Order: sequence, then C-alpha cells, then structure tokens
Amino acid sequence: MSRLSIITQSKAQTTIEELYKDLERRISASPSGLCPVDLASSFLKMCHAQSCGKCVPCRVGLGQLQKLMEDVLDGEGTLETIDMIEKTAKNIYYTADCAIGYEAAQMVLKGIKGFRDDFEEHVLRGRCKLELNQPVPCVSQCPAGVDIPGYVALVAEGRYGDAVRLIRKDNPLPAVCGLICEHPCEVRCRRTMMDDPVNIRGLKRFAVEMAGDVPLPVPAVSTGKKVAVIGGGPCGISAAYYLTLMGHEVTIFEQRKRLGGMLRYGIPNYRLPRKVLDDEIDQLISLGIKVKTGVTVGENPSIVDLRNEYDAVYIAIGAHIDRKIGIEGEDANGVISAVEMLRGIGDDEMPDFTGKDIVVIGGGNVAMDVARSAIRLGAKRLRIAYRRRAVDMTAMPEEVEGAIEEGCELLDLHSPLRIEKDKDGNVAALWVQPQIIGPIKNGRAAPVDSQQEEVRLACDMVIVAIGQGIESKAFEKYGVTVKRGVIDALNWSGVNTKDLTGIFAGGDCVTGPATVIRAIAAGKVAAANIDEFLGYNHIISTDVKIPEVRLDDRVSCARVNMKERKPSERAKDFNMIECCMTKEEADQESRRCLRCDHFGFGILKGGRVEKW
Amino acid sequence: MVNITINGQKIKVKEETTILDAAKSAGITIPTLCYLKGINEIGACRVCVVEVEDCTKLVTACNNKVKEGMVIHTNSPKVRESRKNNVELILSQHDCRCAICARSGNCSLQKIANDLDILELPFETKLPKAGWPSDFPLIRNAQKCIKCMRCIQVCDKIQDLHIWDVAGTGSRTTIDVSHNRRIKESDCALCGQCITHCPVGALRERDDVDRVLDALADPEKITVVQIAPAVRAAWGEAFGLSREFATVKRLVSALRKVGFNYIFDTDFSADLTIMEEASEFLERLKNGDVSELPMFTSCCPGWVRFMKSQYPDMVDQLSSAKSPQQMFGAVAKSYYAQLLGVEPSKIYSISVMPCIAKKHEAAIPVMNDAGGGQDVDVVQTTREIERLIRAEHINVRGLEEEEFDSPLGTASGAGVIFGATGGVMEAALRTAYYFVTGRNPDPDSFSKVRGMDGWKEAEFNLAGQTLKVAVASGLGNTRRLMEAVRRGKVQYHFVEIMACPGGCAGGGGQPIADGRELAEERCEVLYGLDKVNNLRFSHENPSIKKCYEEYLEKPLSHLAHELLHTNHHAWTMPGENAQNSAGE
Repeated sequence: MSRLSIITQSKAQTTIEELYKDLERRISASPSGLCPVDLASSFLKMCHAQSCGKCVPCRVGLGQLQKLMEDVLDGEGTLETIDMIEKTAKNIYYTADCAIGYEAAQMVLKGIKGFRDDFEEHVLRGRCKLELNQPVPCVSQCPAGVDIPGYVALVAEGRYGDAVRLIRKDNPLPAVCGLICEHPCEVRCRRTMMDDPVNIRGLKRFAVEMAGDVPLPVPAVSTGKKVAVIGGGPCGISAAYYLTLMGHEVTIFEQRKRLGGMLRYGIPNYRLPRKVLDDEIDQLISLGIKVKTGVTVGENPSIVDLRNEYDAVYIAIGAHIDRKIGIEGEDANGVISAVEMLRGIGDDEMPDFTGKDIVVIGGGNVAMDVARSAIRLGAKRLRIAYRRRAVDMTAMPEEVEGAIEEGCELLDLHSPLRIEKDKDGNVAALWVQPQIIGPIKNGRAAPVDSQQEEVRLACDMVIVAIGQGIESKAFEKYGVTVKRGVIDALNWSGVNTKDLTGIFAGGDCVTGPATVIRAIAAGKVAAANIDEFLGYNHIISTDVKIPEVRLDDRVSCARVNMKERKPSERAKDFNMIECCMTKEEADQESRRCLRCDHFGFGILKGGRVEKW
Repeated sequence: MVNITINGQKIKVKEETTILDAAKSAGITIPTLCYLKGINEIGACRVCVVEVEDCTKLVTACNNKVKEGMVIHTNSPKVRESRKNNVELILSQHDCRCAICARSGNCSLQKIANDLDILELPFETKLPKAGWPSDFPLIRNAQKCIKCMRCIQVCDKIQDLHIWDVAGTGSRTTIDVSHNRRIKESDCALCGQCITHCPVGALRERDDVDRVLDALADPEKITVVQIAPAVRAAWGEAFGLSREFATVKRLVSALRKVGFNYIFDTDFSADLTIMEEASEFLERLKNGDVSELPMFTSCCPGWVRFMKSQYPDMVDQLSSAKSPQQMFGAVAKSYYAQLLGVEPSKIYSISVMPCIAKKHEAAIPVMNDAGGGQDVDVVQTTREIERLIRAEHINVRGLEEEEFDSPLGTASGAGVIFGATGGVMEAALRTAYYFVTGRNPDPDSFSKVRGMDGWKEAEFNLAGQTLKVAVASGLGNTRRLMEAVRRGKVQYHFVEIMACPGGCAGGGGQPIADGRELAEERCEVLYGLDKVNNLRFSHENPSIKKCYEEYLEKPLSHLAHELLHTNHHAWTMPGENAQNSAGE
C-alpha cells in the first residue's frame, strides 16, 4: 500500500473530457431561434448530472425544477407552475452549498426573467413564442446575406470567377471583405460541431485573388431617375452600385479627396492595401456612377438642394468625428486623435514618428491600427494604455496579438488620468491610475480604482483612439431626426423628416461605428427600398449555378488559419501582413463546408435566396 | 449521360437525375414518404435512404443526384435496417389506431409500415398533445402528423398563403398555424390543398356525415341533395371504379339507395349562375365604370376568402352572384318548396362538393335568404359521400344508371364545365354572346381558356368589342395575377379565379391519390360531358327558362337579387376589418 499515488485518468474520464470539448463547440455553434425553455430545461438536466449528490437542494431540487419545466413545455403547466419554478429556484439559490447547485438555480432564474413571456406562451397557448429561424448559419449571421455555401462550393470546384460573381449579388466589395471582414459568418458555422469553423473570409480572399478581373453585370435599362448618395464609403458605394445596376443614375457626394470612407481613412494599408481598394472601387464606379469629391453636403449644397435636384437622397456619411477623452491636458501639443492620424495616412500624408515615445489610449481595432501604424512610422517606443484587461479589449484578438508581436507594449488596467505638459505646452507624460478588475456589468468586466499609486508614463505623444461620432448637424437642421447622436432611420432605411420625402439613411451614421459588412448590408437594403420608392421593382440576381453537393463523408479536419509575415519584417513597412491561402489549403478548407443549404433545415426554408 | 450501378444493374441516366428517378428508370422502386415531386424534396423522413459505395452515411434518394460511376444499393442490409428503424421511429409518434382513421387504406405511412413488415414497435409510443377546434371545416390532428412538411410547402409554394409553419424546436417540433396564430384567426382560404397533399390522416375535412344520417332519419324532413359538377369526375376513384363506369347517373343511383328524397344537379344552378353573372357582367361593362373592372367570378368560396383577406379593397369587384351551391340552396327552399307545396323549413338541403370552403360558405350567416334557415344545411365533400356510400354497404359495382329528379336535375354542358378551370368563363361567354347578339356562338368558340396553365389570358370579340379575359387557378397564380392587375401591368374585363389548381376538379374535397395530380384527367371528363350534351348553353336549359318564367321573372330581377345575389361585405375574414380601418 503506497502512501501517495500518481493520479491517471481512466479511459472513461478522458472520453468525458473529449465530450466536454464536443459540447462546448456544439453550444457555440447553436442555431438561432431555438425554444429557450426547452434549452433551459436541457441545461438544467446537465447541471443536475454534475451534482455530487451531497446536498438536498441540488440533488433533489434541480430534478424537481426540471420536472416543472417539462410540464410547462408539455402544456401541462399553469401560471402557478412558473411561480413555483421561480420560488424553488430561489430557494435552491439561497440554500445550495456550492456553485454546482446555486449557479444552476441562477441559470433558471435568469431564464424566468429573460424569457418569462415564452414560459407563459407555453402555458397559455401550448406552444413556443419563438419562430424557427435556423436556416443556414453562416448566411443568417452575415448582415448582407451573402450565399456563403454557394461560393465556398464554387471555390472547391475552382470556379473562382463565379464565386466572385455570386458574392457580388449581395456584396459588391468581395476584395475588401476578403481582407478585412469581421466574418460574423464563421461564429456559428455548423462545422464547429465537428472540429472548427470554416475559414470563410480566407476562402473569399482566395477566390478574389485567383479570379482576376471579373466583369460586372450590365445595368438595367435606364429609368431616368436620379439618386444622390452622400458619402463614398462602403455603404454609399454599395447603394450606388446596386442602384446603378437597377438603371438609376447615381451621383456620390464625397467630402474627402477620394472614395472609400473608413476603408481608406481608417484602415491602414498593411491590412487593406490601397491598390486592392482602389481597383475594386474603380471597377464599381466604371459602371457609370458619377462621383463628386471634395464636396461637403451641409449648407452648399444642402440636403434640400440635393433633394430638389434628385429623385431620392441616401445619407451614408459614416462616423468620422473623433471623441474627446475629457482629461486635463488634452490640449497639449502632441495629443492627436486616431481619426485625424488615419485620415492623413489615407491621403498619403505620412507623419514622421521617428524616435518618438508614444502612448495610445484605447482598446478597439482603431487603437491597434494607430499603434501598429505608429510603429511603422518610426516610433521608438509604443505603449497602449487600456483601463480594462487585455481580454476585455473590443479589438479582434489577432489584432492585439499582432500589435504585441510588432513591439507594442500593452498596459492594461491603466486608466488615463491627465496629460502632463512641459513648459512649452508639449506632452511630457500621461498619468494613469492602476485599476483592479471588478464585477461584470452588462456582460463586460468593469475596472475599479486599485488604490495604488498613480503611474507616470513619460512620452512625447498621446494618440486618443476611444471611438467616433457622427457629424449630423447639417442634416438635423433640415429636419432629419437625430436620436442619441445617430440618424434615426427605420429598418427599411427611410428617414422621418418634417417635410422631405425620399430621404434614406444607413451605415455607421445610423448604427454608430460598426463593421464594413454591416455598412454594405445597409447599402443593399437602401438600394432595394429606394428602387421601390422610385416606383420600380428591379431584381438583383445572378445566373451562377451552384455546384451539387458532394455525398462523401465529411471526415475530421482542422481549420486552415491565415498566415502572416514575420513580425520583425512586416513592422518595417506598410505592405500587407496577411498571406493568402495556398491552392492546397483552399481546396482542403473549402471542402470542409457541410453545405447547410442542402443538408438540414436550409433545404426546407431559407436555404438560398436567389434574388432580391 | 452518367453511368451508374444500382443493385448490380449498370445503367445510363441523364446528368442531374435524382437517385430516386434513376432507380425508377431501372425499374427499381425506392420507397418514399415525405417526398412530393417538385414541392417537397427535403429528405425529412429518411425513408428513401440508400447506400452509396464509399459513403459511410446513407443518402436520401429523393433529393440527391447521381454522379458518374456511382454504385448504389437500395436494399442492402444497412439500408433495410435503417429504413425500417426510421419508419418505426415515425410510428412511435403517430396515432396508429388505423381502424378509426379516415385515411385507412389510403395512407402512405400505413402502406410503408405494412410493406416493411413492421408488426410490432420496439419504441414506446409518445403522442403530442392535440388541440383543434372541432367545428372548423379543416381539421388537424397533431397525433397523426408525421411532420413531413408537405402542408407547409403546398401552402407556401402552390397557394402562396403561408398558413402553416414549423412550430417549436427539438423534440416538440410540430406543424402549426404560422406566426403563432390560431386557425380561426388566420387567413386560411380553406382550399384544402394541404389535406389532399397530406400523406396520412393528420389533415382532413370536418366530418358531417352524421348530420346527413340524422336528416335522413327524420321523417319530418324532405332531403334534397345537389351534386356539384366536379364530383362526378372523381367519386368513383376511391372505389377503384373506372371513369367510364363511375358516371354521375350511377352516383344518383347510389344516393337514391342511401335514401335521399330528391337528387338534383348543381349544374342546374351553375346555369342559373351564368344567367345572373353574365347579365351582371354585361351591366358592368355597359356602365363602363372602368374602376369596377375587371369583374371577378365569385363562385369559389376559397377565392372569395382569399380576396377578402388579401385584397379587401377590391372586394366590390367580385360578382355579387352567389355560387351555384348557394343559388341551389336558395332555389330549393323557395321555388322548389313552392312546387312541392311545403314550408321551406321542411326542406333539408344537402350539397355534395369537391371542396372544404363550401362548408364555410354554407354557414355564412347571410346565406339564409329563402327563409328556411341556412339555404344549404350541410355540405358533404366527395370524400364524405364516399364514406356515406361505404357506410350503407352499397355494392357500387352493381349500380345501374339512374336519372336526376326533375326539374332541378336538368343542366347544360355549360353548367358541367364549372368544375374545370376556365369553365365558368367559357360558360359565361357563351351566354353573354347570346345576350348581346341574340344568337348563339359556336359553343366551342371560347375553348382558348381551357387547359392546366395556372394563368391563362384570351381576347374575344363580343359584337365588335374586344373582351380581355383571364383565368387563374391556384392561389399562388392568383396572387401573381392580382399583383399585376394592381400594378396596372395587365388589364382585363372579366377574370375567373379558382382557388385550387385545375379548378374544382382538383378541389380540396376530392378523393386523395398520394403523389398524383388528377385535376387534368377529371377536367377531361367534364369537357367530354359538355361535348355530348344536347344543351351547350345555360340560357337554353328548359328548367332555367321555366324557373324564370314561373318564379324569378328575369335575371337581376328584384327576387333574383334577393335570392341569388349576396353582399360580400356582410361578413368579415380575420384581419379584414383591421386592414380596412388601417387604410382609412
């Protein structure tokens, strides 16, 4: 008999560990529109299985709760049953000895609070309030509704030009999105249930690069109608493109020197090379879109002037105003805003940061963009001050990692206090207050003062990257409703105005700063509704035939991730960081798609929207 | 062409062929259950699974296509076991008491279970809770539903009315009225196409056979039954009778054996409808109020429900003429009661219809103009009359032909084609031509409106005026036509609409033959009957003439308006009021 022994896992234990991973992935790929009560009841059953059985509330109570919830689901409950569930869950929460019990009860209470109306619907009408909405996960998550299984299948067949044409039906900027889309499509990819989500964005980029020049469709017969689009960013360009295809005459009014909006004046070259952007925009404009750059719509011309001259006006001005941080010393020389800096870079006015010691304030993608750009512009030292933890940053994890790899220092849990000036009014230092991470509020961890001493970060420059706002005054003045700082547009892009009709708005200026694909989607929706407003019903479609599904087995195969140039090399220039997939990688990755448009609910409803 | 091997047989089939069709071309049957060609190819029941070499998972034959070199086994041990298992799973959630099911003997699930020799179930049976208003003309039994989704697809793709949807998720997934509505709150047209496309007994008409039997048993009641045109083209199907044998005269004989007092023909009142509707149309045409055109036919109650719920602002464009069923009911309880010398309330008026919506129409509160309660007391679908005949154990193969009773049993060929899409239009034009010119046209001169196209257009010359007419059947086609009319893309003078594809011949109350669309065959029977009829014009029907002479005076007379016309605003469809007030 040994006094101690090495603990090794039994086969059952290792299998269970694997199943935990399977379940984790499965939950993360949950389709939308599921019955919340059914899910809550199923979770409860799993929680109950986790119980060690020592204590009454957990051992007995969780089972009784589940029985009550099944009664609700089977239409055998009453409103009293719901009260009973709530009461019992509370008692379990109060009396359970450990988190296995009280957190399970907490989940039930959350449900009762969060979807009580659904509990009631089951009791009163014997059915679920939610309507099934789980067609193709990737398509349903893509704001523009791009036919993802379609183009992934086309990539698998080597039909890259067709893939691009299919994407353009719903998104006129495949080259841009192939590089910088936030790919919400991948979040619930059903392939995750097997191994990992399909690298959809990478395949889009591959299709675009392999396809070369793909001619655009021919616009419909001219309608003689004129539409003004204010703002030449992704939203305005998308609307202009589809409206032009529909036969309307479109003029884009762009405030800056060149088109592109935040794609040009927000995203650095190393993520989205100017050539790719220019080529894609130039091709779309060549369809016959008129462009007036350097024109600010405000007083001259005003929106009323435009409306008088055009049959409809679309406001897509984006969110280009920097937000002030509001701390002492913000007026010091050497404090600049991220918006300002990136705008200059967009117009090829490259600042020289050689030898500079810089602190960036912020934790979003823009903060990473300015930090990494500053490194490339010669900064000697670059620190990023952020008041929460690194994991709480809103920037994409790969952006944060990339910045660190390139030499940025991350000072998380450091809240800016004030900027110290030297005698000439230049930045001398940023003072920060160390934080301690605290409770989770609205899903995000909130920092609190750590009661430790203030820290002085001596530096030459401070770049503020804490978000953007909307310049809406010129429109508000003429009756366009602005609510909480954004233009108040309806879900069909229409804008309530006092006495103007035919005014539409969309993109960042309506949603606040968001993603390129949301801006594109807004442009698409606006185009359809402006067409309708003008008295037409033009259909956007494509003749690309989607390949038949393959019937062979989908065997386990991990995801191909995008590779990047070496940090030491890439940090020296503004050339693109990310490397395209190889043919072999793209072939393998595209074949991982499970074709949810054919297998599963997609074949019954919502599988493929062939036209809009 | 693609080379494939099925069950060892090497065959060549066209590219893009489904495995199911490929097997069929080789003479191999793969069983299906949820599959409905062109409408429901979703592989939900997993009964048509086959084994494809080099694939671990089985593949549904109905919606997957052959590929070069494919080797398929439709009956391998793996297939047999899985297929049987899936049917057993379906049966574990199905009310298998076939003895009390309207579809027993005509049920695709019963057949596949029998074919697969399933004699006991390895699973515990668990039926969902069922709740449905038993007084609604359309009955759904959740405990029989196998979630094949055909009803959803038919209502979406053919009828474009979207009444059904998947409800719930997970183990409790079922089919229910869409958007969490109850059926009575919905804009269901009651076309019954979901019923005729249901593979099992989950959907059926409200059974009113007992009410008929009660009336027959009541010595105080005089039972007067009318047989709709389309019924004669289909009633024999369920008995396995040939179309040549299953004549309307043998149906008359069967009903006489059942014990009805008087057996009449809805074709008679179809002729009456033509007299009224053609007159009304010419009146509207003469008044020249373009906003009132086109005039729409009103004899299909499914269409009237559709019009009222989807296009409430256009209801005034419906002809005010009642349908043949309701005209018959009103005449039976007035003119015919007078002929018999009895009180209208003595008469119990029964109709035999190919239709579910007729049950609703008969019960519209204002359809009681003859003063003897509801003008039509009870409506039997073709399927119910079949069950009534079976219940009486009548030997249908031994039936002799018998004539209708007189005078409401005399009808023209124009009346009989009411049962086919385009028939009402053709019959109306024959008589309108006579009304305008004073002479009869060639009876076949309007045959351009015949045929199975869902949306037909034609132009005719009516005494120098070009008449533009259109005929649509199926509510999906109807919606397309209505939208085109609304957008001003088409202009017509007169439009005939039938809710069911092919018209009443394809009605939702007709016998069910799973996987087969029989409307066309049945229409041919009706056109054949028209051709051999000595009477081809409604206005030449001697019983009609007599009815006007003795009773109604003339078309659109005061009495005709009272008995034969209706106000479509006298009742509302769910949502109709709300829509109207929203528009105001």
